[in-house]
Amino acid sequence: MNSQIIFALLLLFTFAVFGYTLRRLAQLFSFTRKSFPIKNIGRRIMVTLKVAIGQSRIFRNPFSGFLHALVFWGFCVILIGSIEMVADGLSGSERALSSMGGFYNFITASGDLFGLIIAIAIIVFIVRRISMRVKRFEGIEMKKASHTDAYIALTMILLLMLTLLGMNSAYYALAEAGGDTIIGVYPVSSLLASLFSGSETAAIHIWHEIFWWSHIVLIFVFANMLPYSKHFHVFLSVPNVFLSRLDPLGKMVNMESITREVKLMMNPETAYAAAPEGSEPERFGVKDAEDVTWKNYFDSLSCTQCGRCSYVCPANITGKLLSPRKIMMDLRARMKEKGPGMIKEGRGFNDNRSLLRDYITEEELWACTTCNACARECPISINQPELILEMRRYLVMEEGAAPGGLKALFSNIENNGAPWQYSREDRMLWTTGLEINQPN
Amino acid sequence: MERVPIEVPVMANVAAAGKKPEYLFWVGCAGAYDDRYRKVTRAFVKILVHLKVDFAVLGSEETCTGDPARRAGNEMLYQMQAMQNIETFNSYGIKKIITICPHCYNIFKNDYPDLGGRYEIINYLELIEKFIESGQLKLPGVREKGVRITYHDPCYLGRANGIYDTPRKVLGSLSPGLLEMERNRSFALCCGAGGAQMFKEAEKGDKEIFIERTEEALKTGADVIATACPFCMTMITDGIKYKNREENVKNYDIAELVAESLGL
Repeated sequence: MNSQIIFALLLLFTFAVFGYTLRRLAQLFSFTRKSFPIKNIGRRIMVTLKVAIGQSRIFRNPFSGFLHALVFWGFCVILIGSIEMVADGLSGSERALSSMGGFYNFITASGDLFGLIIAIAIIVFIVRRISMRVKRFEGIEMKKASHTDAYIALTMILLLMLTLLGMNSAYYALAEAGGDTIIGVYPVSSLLASLFSGSETAAIHIWHEIFWWSHIVLIFVFANMLPYSKHFHVFLSVPNVFLSRLDPLGKMVNMESITREVKLMMNPETAYAAAPEGSEPERFGVKDAEDVTWKNYFDSLSCTQCGRCSYVCPANITGKLLSPRKIMMDLRARMKEKGPGMIKEGRGFNDNRSLLRDYITEEELWACTTCNACARECPISINQPELILEMRRYLVMEEGAAPGGLKALFSNIENNGAPWQYSREDRMLWTTGLEINQPN
Repeated sequence: MERVPIEVPVMANVAAAGKKPEYLFWVGCAGAYDDRYRKVTRAFVKILVHLKVDFAVLGSEETCTGDPARRAGNEMLYQMQAMQNIETFNSYGIKKIITICPHCYNIFKNDYPDLGGRYEIINYLELIEKFIESGQLKLPGVREKGVRITYHDPCYLGRANGIYDTPRKVLGSLSPGLLEMERNRSFALCCGAGGAQMFKEAEKGDKEIFIERTEEALKTGADVIATACPFCMTMITDGIKYKNREENVKNYDIAELVAESLGL
């Protein structure tokens, strides 16, 4: 009974901290702008099955992609076991899900096997980070804190798997020693159980308790660390895929406020001109964290800094400052910096800093070719170009700031209807002397 | 064989004569003004005439789609251009538009509908493919045997709109055994000109993107680098010059290769 009370208190504490985190996040989201409506639920489910559950995009990088997929699928199976542990911990039951019979055997067997597979994958990841120079993990945005964050998360996952295997092995050894029926199937732990051979039953029991409690406490701690780490990804990546934009990558977001102005200009009598009532004039484009859409912010929180985007970015490859990963990381960092002020003083809070310039320079923004390689590559469908283009919109339409070549481009389009300085009357010059061979 | 002059039909005249062509052929700014790319426009019009496609162009009524302005952040200028074009299209009752430039294709297809401009947009390669598949167009293959071709995917056909197979099918019926670059299809590297980069100096870096891409194309050992975008063409042609390979490596648009193979 005591252990149930302790467990309930631990769980309560976990949820309380998590609830606090979620409330803060909801406040931050409330400062952001609206994005596209979430429709086409059927198509979204299909996309989620393919990209998230099927890990389709991560396989574009076969080696690390395969390891990641194993870790992901393993997590999914092990999650069921963790839910059972919570049920057991609260009710004092033992293996609450064991009544599921064959399915229970499948869950325990795959969970046990994945425990080992994930542990091995994590060790490979750690060794790779330490000993190999992985270009994806480098870049101006990858400060020491990013790497530390990665090592902490990898270590936590490794400990989770080791305690899981320890728990299963101790359970197996305990049941064997007592001649009890073993509930579930444990292909790895049944072998590891021999480590306990010769130990007293009481000692094995204590080991089981240690592993059980440390595993569940690690889960509670990990869950509450994640929202403050790049590994918030563990929670947000699947929802981010579900909420991803379904339009072709070539489509840009239309600015309704501009459409109203242009329609008014072209046809002054139109009633369309009236802006929706009660709407405040919004800044054109994105200058700071509160100008982004909730989806941009969601993207930035889901990003785990894997760097696949920057690795394929033509600007980044050729040594320019732009790194699509940095754009996402900067948004998250800026919201973290400005958020508390906005929570206190409202959306209008001003700390004389902004996402533009204090985090992301104009040089970075103008280096983008809008080729969409980053967005195509992102395993969780983050849309980096959208944010880059919104920041260009701010620069051009609010500040009139653009490189000289682009200013010339704008005036050529305005004056000649073409990006170059040619006359409209010359549009048919290409037809001069045009002939075709025709059989007689 | 006889050389016959082509009179390119202009929409205003065709409409004045009370006719309504099936397609508008959108020439685009590069198609009308860029010296090198004009040859592509000419080649494609020869194909249209050869296939007896019922089309007309807008001539002096054409104006920039607004794509480079939009991707450079100037939404106001883009929308003004777009609305002007939509008005022109609607005044002629245009339903189907053929483009050669992928940037024009993309903006018509994906961005104009938000402003009320909804048309059937056909990329020239899709049109050619359709005629090949229906058996109306038979390509005799490239004239010089043993010409090896590699294809550079334009971002705005490929990643932006998922058109990867069509250009490969057309090229495949010209010359079997297309050589692929290391990064191809959705992995293809941009030529460096998109997003209005074409019209400005590149930011500081340690290499130009077009050189990186051209080097990759040259590595395939192809004699011809086929492109399907005016900006890619400028970039790849520059890249070949920069690498001093103009003697033995040529950059052609797929339309030129098709017209050439048909002896037009």
